[in-house]
Amino acid sequence: MELQQIWIILIAVLWVGYFVLEGFDFGVGVLLPVLGKTEQDRRAMLTTLGPVWDGNEVWLLVAGGATFAAFPEWYATLFSGFYLPLLLILVGLIIRGVAFEYRSKRSSATWRRRWDLCIVIGSFIPALLWGVAFANIVRGVPMRPGDFGNSLYDGAFFNLLNPYALVGGLTTLALFVTHGAIFLALKTDGDLRVRANKVAGQVGLVATVIAVVFLLWTQLAYSDKAWTWALVVVAAVAWLAGLAMNRAGREGWAFIFSAVTLAGAVVYLFSVLYPNVMPASNDPALSLTIWNASSTDYTLKIMTIVAIVFTPIVLAYQSWTYWVFRKRVSPSQISDAGEGSLDLPHEKVQA
Amino acid sequence: MSALDLSRWQFAITTVYHFFFVPITIGMGFLVAGMQTAWHRTGNEKWLRATKFFGKLFLINFAMGVVTGIVQEFQFGMNWSDYSRFVGDIFGAPLAIEGLLAFFLESTFLGLWIFGWDRLPKKLHLATIWIAATGTVLSAYFILAANSWMQHPVGYMVNPETQRAEMKDFAQVLTQPLAVITFTHVITMAFMVAGLFVAGISGWLLFKGKGPDVARSTLKLGAITALVAFVLVGITGDFQARKMVDVQPMKMAAAEALYETSAPAPFSLLTIGSLDGSQPLWSLEIPHGLSLLATHTWDGEVQGINNIQAQYEQQFGPGDYKPNIPMAYWNFRLMMGFGFVGALLALWMLWVTRGGRVPTSKWFPRLAILSIFMPLLGSSTGWIFTEVGRQPWVVFGVMLTASGVSPTVSALQVWTSMIVFTLLYGGLAVVEVGLLMRAIKIGPPETVVPNYPDKVGEDRPLTVTY
Repeated sequence: MELQQIWIILIAVLWVGYFVLEGFDFGVGVLLPVLGKTEQDRRAMLTTLGPVWDGNEVWLLVAGGATFAAFPEWYATLFSGFYLPLLLILVGLIIRGVAFEYRSKRSSATWRRRWDLCIVIGSFIPALLWGVAFANIVRGVPMRPGDFGNSLYDGAFFNLLNPYALVGGLTTLALFVTHGAIFLALKTDGDLRVRANKVAGQVGLVATVIAVVFLLWTQLAYSDKAWTWALVVVAAVAWLAGLAMNRAGREGWAFIFSAVTLAGAVVYLFSVLYPNVMPASNDPALSLTIWNASSTDYTLKIMTIVAIVFTPIVLAYQSWTYWVFRKRVSPSQISDAGEGSLDLPHEKVQA
Repeated sequence: MSALDLSRWQFAITTVYHFFFVPITIGMGFLVAGMQTAWHRTGNEKWLRATKFFGKLFLINFAMGVVTGIVQEFQFGMNWSDYSRFVGDIFGAPLAIEGLLAFFLESTFLGLWIFGWDRLPKKLHLATIWIAATGTVLSAYFILAANSWMQHPVGYMVNPETQRAEMKDFAQVLTQPLAVITFTHVITMAFMVAGLFVAGISGWLLFKGKGPDVARSTLKLGAITALVAFVLVGITGDFQARKMVDVQPMKMAAAEALYETSAPAPFSLLTIGSLDGSQPLWSLEIPHGLSLLATHTWDGEVQGINNIQAQYEQQFGPGDYKPNIPMAYWNFRLMMGFGFVGALLALWMLWVTRGGRVPTSKWFPRLAILSIFMPLLGSSTGWIFTEVGRQPWVVFGVMLTASGVSPTVSALQVWTSMIVFTLLYGGLAVVEVGLLMRAIKIGPPETVVPNYPDKVGEDRPLTVTY
């Protein structure tokens, strides 16, 4: 196998990690006002994410860095081409991250309402736009030659807002929200757990319809490979199994299956693209592929060694973290939900 | 303004802003780890209270560092795509390794530390903060190695066919002397920043009588850390200055606004008047000072801007190879000035609190708070100096900044993102400082000895929640 092939697989793996892990963070964030009826509910929901959300987000940073290192032409053309959607994603990630850390520091209801809004918006935007971005990549974008035999994005912001990409965006949004609800059913207790389970089933059905439309559209319009049907089937079967397990109250299995679905979807999109990484819709000769967008073999070799040594270590300690915090968080445990850890003496909530 | 100018402004705004949180994070990680270790070793609960108090401040700051850091990684591709495609083969590798080795370590183990007070055994919990702190230092190393390559590219060749720089020797990229020296300068600076952050806040607490037993110890810890770090910052800075003369003579000449090659060269302390090469109206100089700084000899020759400019025109063709001289000159002076004032304030705080004295002057709390900003501004102006001094190059001698900008991103797009980031960052600064001030006003908490389990995963009531 060539180094370029190894690296497109590794980058797909990083996106799998990102979608599976931050996917449920986004879902929980979007569902905060839906499932969080009381302050205790909301704090229990955020506490399930507290120890892990930042580590989950690093998967994105490493995916970005790895793309820069392994396929610089792709990184350059993609990030400058998708400028405004990425700006929106960044704003979402910024306000959401700060909101996680700051919202429960004060008891003020206004303070918390505003940060909750940041969490919802900051989860909704990236959950939607990652799908829009990936769908546009798969669909192909207009490109023009650059000054160095490279290819540049040659469209405007509104080129990225086409029906197919919007279906893609709704797909990731619906999948992430379902995934998040399943995660909450797995990680919380009491009434919240029951409601999360129910919402997972409901959103899951909507997600099924949207995802089927997206996968069929992708396969029929943009895949030139018959074997990618197999991945469509894997993703679909895993999804239905996940929903069935959710219905049966087998939360661990439901989570594993929804994770497999997300992994399958990422692998599917990369497979449809292969060997392209950013096809040009106007002229196939301008398409960026793993071959013309990659770094030199020397760099790829070094990066391969680093990845092979350190990825298992990262996986080990990150898994261990999930094991340490494996206990369910029950809203009833959070007796001081209304209090803020940085309340000044005169602001203390009178019990 | 053109997309190029706007992209430079945006990079400056977002980077300078991000770089306020970075040194606090690096230094505070270790100081908080040290406080927790002191509690383990001595059993004295004042150290536990210090850990909790400064840990809270550390985390408020860390959150901002994390979210502003994402922008940093993205905007190379977004705003500097021609730069990214040109250098990706070399510059991308340390960035990716930084993520894989450092960011995962920091984020995961900090999560374990924050929520681990009732989930991890005592010793393991202590280990998590040390590991997280180690992650911040690793992160600094890789990003500074990448930056050092921009300052002094080594271990590469430009492929004329693809017009891309290609890596030939990764070990050289990671271990070139400039990278090692810069790393030591930045890390010691981070300790000075964190030291005065702790000492300044402790001084205020001591004056207000909030947790005075805690504050007295942490003031001493912070001030001594800052003073030791100050000396090391000076030593590493000296190495860096001499390396700079070697690899970027123009930067050193710009730092001194030294137009003509001189032997001996004086060190200009302050100048009133223009810095455009005409004679200054008034200038305070230390004779032989620059010769000593740059060459460690009494009469050493230091090259002047005009000579280097002429030399570069021969080497690279016609063009203006001078950085913005006043920016370089003043930021270099401010960097050192802020550092000196910070060290003096650290020394003074130690002096007035010696032997259990409680300062009563109303100036004490004001200067204590002011001292926090000295090394922070010193680090900021130092970073601005080193980046401004590299101009007009983005990769010194290889690629001009003007050639690195994204050809497909319009000025309107950059206006949009720059305004969005500036407003967002401004708003977040207000919120962050507000929270820090609350935490400081509340002061160190009363002792609550954590209910550590004997082994991982024992069922415990939840005490840390979001």
